[in-house]
Amino acid sequence: MEINSKEIQHIAELSRIQLSPTELEKYGRQLGSILDYISQLNEVNTKKVAITAQVSDLENVWRSDEINNWDPEEVAAALKQGQLEDGQIKVKRVL
Amino acid sequence: MKLNELTIKEARQKLDNQEITAVALTQACLDEIKEVDPKLHACLFVNEKDALAEAKAADKRLQAGETGDLLGIPYLCKDIIMTKSWPTTAASKILENYIAPYDATVIKKLRAAGAVLLGKTNLDEFAHGASTENSAFGPTKNPHDETRVPGGSSGGSAAAVAANLCLFALGSDTGGSIRQPASFCGIVGLKPSYGRVSRFGLLSMTSSTDVIGPLTKTAFDAALVLKVIAGQDDHDATSAPEAVEHYDQVITDRKDLSGLKIGLPQEYFSKDLDAKVKEKVMVVAEKLVQAGAKLIDISLPYTKYGIPVYYIITPSEVSSNLARFDGVGWGLSHSQTKDLQEFYRTNRGAGFGPEAKRRIMLGTYALSAGYYDAYYKKAQQVRTLIREEFNKAFRRVDLILTPTSPHVAFKIGQQANDPLAMYLEDVFVTGACLAGLPAMSLPAGLIDNLPIGAQLIGPRLAEKTLFQVASILE
Repeated sequence: MEINSKEIQHIAELSRIQLSPTELEKYGRQLGSILDYISQLNEVNTKKVAITAQVSDLENVWRSDEINNWDPEEVAAALKQGQLEDGQIKVKRVL
Repeated sequence: MKLNELTIKEARQKLDNQEITAVALTQACLDEIKEVDPKLHACLFVNEKDALAEAKAADKRLQAGETGDLLGIPYLCKDIIMTKSWPTTAASKILENYIAPYDATVIKKLRAAGAVLLGKTNLDEFAHGASTENSAFGPTKNPHDETRVPGGSSGGSAAAVAANLCLFALGSDTGGSIRQPASFCGIVGLKPSYGRVSRFGLLSMTSSTDVIGPLTKTAFDAALVLKVIAGQDDHDATSAPEAVEHYDQVITDRKDLSGLKIGLPQEYFSKDLDAKVKEKVMVVAEKLVQAGAKLIDISLPYTKYGIPVYYIITPSEVSSNLARFDGVGWGLSHSQTKDLQEFYRTNRGAGFGPEAKRRIMLGTYALSAGYYDAYYKKAQQVRTLIREEFNKAFRRVDLILTPTSPHVAFKIGQQANDPLAMYLEDVFVTGACLAGLPAMSLPAGLIDNLPIGAQLIGPRLAEKTLFQVASILE
């Protein structure tokens, strides 16, 4: 299956990954051959088959709606790894 | 015999009899790491000071009369599991300078049990791979032949156990990442049932198949480790509520295998299988028969769809799970970008290696509008058929025996340019992951001086049976 350069560029864009022209060419070719291999699934008749999204055999795992405060020292350690300003995480303008 | 070469069981006796101390045992491992690891590159991070402090604390507890299966036992942990105040890199440039702010549940449990954490082991970046060559920090070498890979993605952990750098190591298995390196390095590797061990603090790859498990020198040691790390966890809603068994005690309940039915699926022993690999697995089968088990030929026709299903489901979940690495809040972050979109693209383009990029893009494609039904939904339906097929087989047999890998460890660089060839490495190991079943790779001898493993797969939560059979084989 061929993935043309416009398609692979679009996939990279959706993936939010900057790729060089060489990378685009290489990944386009590789994804094409992987998708070729994967296409053998079309042989399988799945007309009345339900999907499996998870295999834990559990459903509706509830917990009480209570606030459990996390260790403040660990919270501070987590927060200090980004760019901070006045205790807030700094991000680029969204709009 | 050097102390670092002991099994957990042997070290346990010596510690309890006060023949050795946890500090001496830990020092022996640290010395071995210093001597051997510059060549192997199994470890990404080692902290002597913290390890010796933990060993000292364990010695105190021992002197105070405390007992515990892993009290004072040194181990290494795959660097995709959070370890408080230590780096946790997932072998990725995007997390090169990341320090974990908290401990994963498994690490918390091991600390409480008094196990001594020595450091973090190498892996394929974000556990994407079967050779540890996808590490951003360079490959690990196989202790049996340094020109060959240790397997992956838990290749650092497998090489470390095989080279006696520690008494056991933790790995994670999403599509074979504990069992395949265990096979390549000649040790025991257990992938527990999905949900048996909490995933809290494991950097998510494929949330519907990820599971943490032990790599050890013996099946008994694996039983000891699993007993400590298993159990339901409030922080992981998918963790199994069933009580954890005392695997180390029930392991000896079975003295022989009479009445036990072992299935040999013909799809795993096809005419394409290397004759030498088949011969080694059949030696294991023969031992099982001698111990009283009965071999039964079975068929799992959907086996061949395991890899195509896995390589849709995994990249799809990967593309979602790795979306959080965007340079905001933690990780690699380039500030010289003009807008938010360019900021994301630049950080992710520079931070992720080739295989992570491939998987993110493949998953993004499979989940995108117009393709979802053809790829993701189709894969989930075939996953149902694979799971049902295993469940049906387990109505006829107690366990399934297969090769772990179609061959011994390959040369470093041999498959580096062919991602699809690397995916096919997982041919015998993805099935148990997709179905959530426990599976164990056991050493099955050497082929041209290189180890090969045999795999036992059991019904969900049948770890006990795996341990019993493996221990009789040992």
